[in-house]
Amino acid sequence: MIEIKDLHKSYKMGNNKLHVLKGLNFSIAEGELVAIMGSSGSGKSTLLNILGMLDELDEGSYTLDGVPIKNLNETKAAQYRNKFLGFVFQSFNLINYKSAMENVALPLYYQKVPRKEREEKALKYLGQVGLKEWADHLPNELSGGQKQRVAIARAMAAEPKVLLADEPTGALDSKTSYEVMDLIQKINDNGNTILVVTHEEDIAHMCKRIVHLKDGVIVEDKMVEQVRAEQYV
Amino acid sequence: MRFLFDRNVWQEIFGSIGKNKTRTIITVIGVLWGIFIYIALSGAAKGLDNGFDKAFKTVAMNSMFVWAQSSSIPYDGFKTGRQLQLKLGDVETLKNRVPEIQYIAPRITQGQFGSEPVYTVKGQKSGSYTLNGDYPIYTKISTKQIFDGGRFINQEDIDQARKVIVIGERVQQELFKKDENPVGQYIRVGDIYFQVIGIHKLAQGVSFDSDSAMFIPFSTYRKLYNTGDDVGYLCIAAFDDVDVIQVEKDVKSILKGIHRVSPDDERAFGSFNLGEAFGKVMGFADGLTFMSLIVGIATILAGVIGIGNILLISVKERTKELGVRRALGATPAEVRNQIVLESVFLTVLAGIIGIILGAGLLALINKFTQDTDFPYTNPTVPIPYVFGALIIMVVLGTLIGLIPAQRAVSIKPIDALREE
Ligand SMILES: Nc1ncnc2c1ncn2[C@@H]1O[C@H](COP(=O)(O)OP(=O)(O)OP(=O)(O)O)[C@@H](O)[C@H]1O
Ligand SMILES: [Mg+2]
Repeated sequence: MIEIKDLHKSYKMGNNKLHVLKGLNFSIAEGELVAIMGSSGSGKSTLLNILGMLDELDEGSYTLDGVPIKNLNETKAAQYRNKFLGFVFQSFNLINYKSAMENVALPLYYQKVPRKEREEKALKYLGQVGLKEWADHLPNELSGGQKQRVAIARAMAAEPKVLLADEPTGALDSKTSYEVMDLIQKINDNGNTILVVTHEEDIAHMCKRIVHLKDGVIVEDKMVEQVRAEQYV
Repeated sequence: MRFLFDRNVWQEIFGSIGKNKTRTIITVIGVLWGIFIYIALSGAAKGLDNGFDKAFKTVAMNSMFVWAQSSSIPYDGFKTGRQLQLKLGDVETLKNRVPEIQYIAPRITQGQFGSEPVYTVKGQKSGSYTLNGDYPIYTKISTKQIFDGGRFINQEDIDQARKVIVIGERVQQELFKKDENPVGQYIRVGDIYFQVIGIHKLAQGVSFDSDSAMFIPFSTYRKLYNTGDDVGYLCIAAFDDVDVIQVEKDVKSILKGIHRVSPDDERAFGSFNLGEAFGKVMGFADGLTFMSLIVGIATILAGVIGIGNILLISVKERTKELGVRRALGATPAEVRNQIVLESVFLTVLAGIIGIILGAGLLALINKFTQDTDFPYTNPTVPIPYVFGALIIMVVLGTLIGLIPAQRAVSIKPIDALREE
């Protein structure tokens, strides 16, 4: 599903160049649930942004579902994001003047799905994250965990090939974190490919594979026995 | 352009406009005020314009009156203070020597300018009124509306010096019963009986004659009053496109020649130049229209720039939101369209409310000036002006919206998302 080869990325800061990713190689098959770990500043978000076509790589290649991602203009990138990818952010990034349902329906709007169908779908995904009764509430009326579940519903609504989550539990306490991970595991059970950036060991072990970044290179890439989050909620 | 008719697009726009109501209202007020001023001012100017037009409709715009006074400079053996008298012969001379004159009507009058009005009797009733000796051509200079069944003086009346008379509305009211038809009846003017041939309807607006005036053939007048070739004053209408002030000067200088008055004698002949006065009034109305256009456009412009400014701030505030939208798949074009449409929508909304309020104000003013003498009629802004204004708003709204829109998409989504 995802294949990267010899991926390099550096940031220019004035005259200095900060080499963040120094030749990454890995591939992720369909249906995998991968944790990306590493200390702060190791380049996890940078990697995820490149995979999410929010940022461009400097060197190397990136293939998503057989499509080489290269020299995309902003319009094309937007269309690919809309079609292939779902994002979950640490800070939720819900639109504060839209209800939970409208937030979930937003990616479908950019897919030109008619309004009625959009709302039905949004409600269906809100139901899957257990928030059907909260459909008409604004984000600031929701708890952190609820917000993140809305964000996950939003990411899933477009039925993406890959779900990218950058520290989805970073702003949550451990109980809510497990609820969110439970949700992610269930989505993965349905066959979705998911990447989760985290630096919490227990969260990482709820995935099936852990990729460890350090100083811009992969120092470890191992399969793990998945811990089910269900038992903690 | 298809996105313009997409309900979803508009829902997104209403959503983000409705999100910050205070901002929207403040934004709208700027432009609203501008278009309101534009509509109210230009409508008012148009109303004045119409009002003046209507007031002057009944008289030839390029007309003037000339009368004789007394000389104020000794000349050609005459002493100063000699009383001058216009004569019928002057009419032909002036017509021949001033080709710009279209019509010239000599008139002799009793009851105006300090002279005694004429005592008039009908049966038991009586009154005193102005009496004019006129030629039919007079109606070319000042329209005379005659009530149905009557007529004004004609050439035959002049030729035969008939004792016929046209009376004003007030004369009719004072001398005749309400349901009585005066036409064909006789009234006594001074010692002579005249047959009434018409009733003069007082014109709205500017009129040279009051409703208590009476008109008889010039030839009849001179015979009855023994006035010979004397003329009270001359009514002159110049052709439409000539310089009336020059005509006035020419007429006076010729009269000075005929009556042997010093060319420098400014007081020998009096005149009132309606064309000149009219020109001034119309100039004022034109100036007002022009000024309202300038003020209106400047205010609208300021309002639209205000919208652009506020949208720019709002785009900055919404950087993160727009980043999220783009992460979710909004293309730059979609983001840009949304912001431009927000701008256009706000501008046009403000424009329409402004037009409605402006039109309301105009209607209100119209209502209160309806039955007054104030020269103010039908203060409408021509529809093309309104549409023109709306089109200008759409164009300006688009242009000004492009600035924040461009700013919104110039930020990479990744940077937009990173914004706090
Ligand atoms: N836009 C940028 N411009 C310059 N430097 C950047 C930019 N984004 C990230 N960096 C730098 O690149 C390095 C990697 O950043 P990145 O956000 O990928 O780290 P991370 O692994 O996600 O860290 P954390 O766990 O704290 O989120 C950091 O040193 C950061 O300062
Ligand atoms: Mg990070």
